[in-house]
Amino acid sequence: MSPLSAFIVLLVCQLIGTAIQQAFALSIPGAVIGMLLLFACLVLRGKHDDGLGKTANLLLRYLPLLFVPAGVGVMNQFGLIAKEWLPITASLVLSLLATIAFTGIVMQVGLRLTDRRSKPKS
Amino acid sequence: MNDVHNLWVYLSASPLLHLTLTLIAYQFGEWLSRRTRRHPLCNPVLIAIVVLVAVLKLTDTDYKNYFSGAQFVHFLLGPATVALAIPLYHAYEHIRSSAAAIVVALVSGCLFAALSAIAVGYACGGSMVTLLSLAPKSATTPIAMGVADAIGGSASLTAILVILTGIFGAMLSTWVLDLARVKDNRARGFATGLAAHGIGTAYKLRVNQVAGAFAGLAMGLNGFATAALVPILVHWLRL
Repeated sequence: MSPLSAFIVLLVCQLIGTAIQQAFALSIPGAVIGMLLLFACLVLRGKHDDGLGKTANLLLRYLPLLFVPAGVGVMNQFGLIAKEWLPITASLVLSLLATIAFTGIVMQVGLRLTDRRSKPKS
Repeated sequence: MNDVHNLWVYLSASPLLHLTLTLIAYQFGEWLSRRTRRHPLCNPVLIAIVVLVAVLKLTDTDYKNYFSGAQFVHFLLGPATVALAIPLYHAYEHIRSSAAAIVVALVSGCLFAALSAIAVGYACGGSMVTLLSLAPKSATTPIAMGVADAIGGSASLTAILVILTGIFGAMLSTWVLDLARVKDNRARGFATGLAAHGIGTAYKLRVNQVAGAFAGLAMGLNGFATAALVPILVHWLRL
């Protein structure tokens, strides 16, 4: 698959996802529905095209760059941040630490149970 | 002097200038990050944002004008989000072999992240916009921004909160996981990827391969889970 075809696949998935989101007035972003559609297609086909993988990797390699324009929008939020720095900072740090600990413990207990049931892996 | 001024007026009105500045600022952030051997505080995105905000403030450019150029970069977030399906597909085998543990940890972790963020923010007197921008902070940025927008938060505030969450997560995850006595590398990676998305995942990948794979898996799955569950949670809480 050529890079152009791969890009078209990604855009068509996003387009269908956005159409579904609009048609059913969903609060899930259209691109996420598009990702689900592509994931479902890959699982059903049982493989993925090399060209698609290459184009996806190129996009994902620069994924952090794509956040920058939206992030710069923070310049319009300085008032809000100055006013609410305490709830923002407290929520950010406490929720993060609690979530890491909580998820780690749940996952560890869950894995212990599933490992016991399945045969040991090579 | 007048010529320089005229040239500036011309360039600052065209999308080319701010598109170019965005790429240069990010490249500078990348360079600085590499020079400091990927120190978590030297995050390329954070550096690029700080540099660009400073430049825009100094040149008295408003965000709308900047975005008319930067939107070409921003637009690619959509196809890039769709492209996340491919790494997720590669982790499909992992998902199948410990499916039960993953589903339970994913759903409870995703809801815990959003609920604890809303609860702490509410207890400290945060406004509704702030609470709704905080709720999806553990998901990877494009998804978190889309969700914030959909539930009535501020996407640009969420973008910053998500990046800060990732940076703190990379810095503090080892310490918290040791404290909580989580020893299984799969669980350590999963917890970091779920709570601190891509930045946490990148960090875990360098520490341990297994932890890194599970971090990437958790990041991708939590993108789905956050997009599906957080709007329902917010609706249910009647925020």
